[in-house]
Amino acid sequence: MLIRVFTRCSALVAKKPMTQTLLKPIPKLSEAPTLTSHWPRLGIRWGILGLLLAAVLAVLLLSLTLGSVKIPLEDILQVLLGGEASRESWGNIILKFRLPKALTAMLAGAGLGISGLLMQTFFRNPLADPYVLGVSAGASLGVALVVLSAGVVGSTLLAGIGLVGDLGITAAAMLGAGTVMTLVLLLARRVHSIMTLLILGLMFGYLTSGLVSLLLYFNLPERIQAFINWTFGSFGGVTWDEMRILAPLVFIGLVLALALSKPLNALLLGEAYARSMGVNVNTARHWIILVTAILAGVITAFCGPIGFIGIAVPHLCRSILGTSDHRVLLPASILMGALVALIAALLAELPGSNLILPLNAITSLMGAPVVIWVIMRRRNLRESFAS
Amino acid sequence: MNVLELRDLTVGYAPARRPVVTVANCLNATLEAGEMVCLIGPNGAGKTTLMRTLAGMQKPLHGHARLLGDDIHYLSARDLAQRLSIVLTERVDVGLLTAYALVALGRHPYTGWSGRLSAHDEAVVQWAIDAVGAPALAERYVSELSDGERQKIMIARALAQEPALMMLDEPTAFLDLPRRVEIMHLLRQLAHTTGRAILLSTHDLDLALRSADRIWLLPAGGALQQGVPEDLVLSGAFAKAFHSEGVKFDIQSGSFKIHPVRSGRVVVVGEGLAADWTRRALERAGFVTEGNGVAALAQVEVLPGKHPCWQVNGRSYSSIQAMLAAINDHHLTHTADRR
Repeated sequence: MLIRVFTRCSALVAKKPMTQTLLKPIPKLSEAPTLTSHWPRLGIRWGILGLLLAAVLAVLLLSLTLGSVKIPLEDILQVLLGGEASRESWGNIILKFRLPKALTAMLAGAGLGISGLLMQTFFRNPLADPYVLGVSAGASLGVALVVLSAGVVGSTLLAGIGLVGDLGITAAAMLGAGTVMTLVLLLARRVHSIMTLLILGLMFGYLTSGLVSLLLYFNLPERIQAFINWTFGSFGGVTWDEMRILAPLVFIGLVLALALSKPLNALLLGEAYARSMGVNVNTARHWIILVTAILAGVITAFCGPIGFIGIAVPHLCRSILGTSDHRVLLPASILMGALVALIAALLAELPGSNLILPLNAITSLMGAPVVIWVIMRRRNLRESFAS
Repeated sequence: MNVLELRDLTVGYAPARRPVVTVANCLNATLEAGEMVCLIGPNGAGKTTLMRTLAGMQKPLHGHARLLGDDIHYLSARDLAQRLSIVLTERVDVGLLTAYALVALGRHPYTGWSGRLSAHDEAVVQWAIDAVGAPALAERYVSELSDGERQKIMIARALAQEPALMMLDEPTAFLDLPRRVEIMHLLRQLAHTTGRAILLSTHDLDLALRSADRIWLLPAGGALQQGVPEDLVLSGAFAKAFHSEGVKFDIQSGSFKIHPVRSGRVVVVGEGLAADWTRRALERAGFVTEGNGVAALAQVEVLPGKHPCWQVNGRSYSSIQAMLAAINDHHLTHTADRR
């Protein structure tokens, strides 16, 4: 429903009939036309961003009320403002479980959405997502090594899943992601064509998944189950202590990404034009890779490899807003990412039941049809990428 | 004042661990404010390499290229972007940008970190769109524009960069003839009225001869020659640069002609448009139309009017096609007889 409102807004930008223009004498710069209303306006579109923000807040409140126990909205607001809920257990449920989970979903969604946009522009490819650099593959290798190799290395058979805690998995994932990121950054300095970089990232992915397959093949069923659970993705595992690492890192990533809007816009024309407009393409490349790797790496480390959001959110934003201007798309991708992730988390809980579904199944099942619908209805991929 | 000055410029490639490839040697030339210069030369002479070098996209092997007195290859990216803008041959796919947003990208070297446009920036963008005669396109998506409209918008973007020199690599490559003439005319007008120098490479020799203020002629392996088109034609430099088997530069018409394959001579009698096109048709078919009736293969009499008609050897034909067929038949029997 929300999407329908936005679509209608952007449809108001009507197309003027094309009139044949003859060559006119060129005005002197001093006689340039004054700012009149018939010229289009560029820049941030606060109206739509405001609508998105309102939607995010609404779904946030909804996701705090719904769950295995339904908590009234008044109690939620009471607890959030530092008061007491009408039942003691409710305060606990909100503060210890639902709030960190919702915040994690928002951070992860925002980070994946914006880094997906960065990669799609960087590689000029509509199928790029935050993981094309191989960062999440590195993270999964780190996790696999910790979860699966504990017994193989033979330190002690008791060092099972219980001993290797959540924090150990997170640290291993960050280490894996960081290693791949460093490799990609070093290669980016030597490789001229971004196409080569794209293929290298893909190959990193294959190499690491090959190693992970080997580890899985020679392992105990319960460890394999633990690893597979990690690959399903979850926003639920982040404690307040871990939030102190996750939130600042994602926040830094988002701010850096927002600061990249100018070079990203120039890169829409390709690297040659970007250079000719004074953009230092090599510096821009490094920052784009760094920001994407930080966001994708950290989010994968804390939530597992969450699919769909990174590839779909930029498409949703482009289709709904009808522009490729990054000054509009970057903030919109943050909000849209948070919104989509919150809704996915809400649906995975199956409100009113005790069942919890794997998050990645929900993001794909929910998102793919929406994206297909939006893209078919508004403008096709050829127009947004025309590649 | 010279906007651009090439001094002993040698362009080419210096790949790592491989021998240096020199494409063009010791080039000397100048470009002045307010003039449009066409860079022409046969394929492989090094036009693209020279353009890339002048745009700062690759380093020269030797010598200097100075833009407003400073060496292009030592200017900072931002300084260079404020003095020089480019339009490349490849059709760029910019995604969902309106023509206005695309032209606004040209203000990049002047805006701050966020790319926000000041009132002055917006005024320049609007002036640039007006200057190429495309205000009606401003709100349309670039992906919906025709090739000619898109080229105008790309030129407006380059213009919005307010450069001293605009460089265009084959700006008319994908356009039909009326659009080519229009774009060339537009570029020349822009050079003259805005006082900016425009350098463009083109394969469209006829159009370059007709519209360029001056020409840089780059023959394969030879030295760069510059001059007004007519001087280069009269000195024979033009014909020499493009000398090739089977193609001949016709100094009368200033265009290239395919060598006649048949040596038969046909005399055309008549005046006016119909007669002119009759001569063209015969030349295309490989006949010579100059000279008098002595030893001619045939004589075509053109009777002008609302429905022109052609008489060959006493027979009348209602179209050039029918007339050509008759003359071809005649030519074939004629050569067969001589054998």
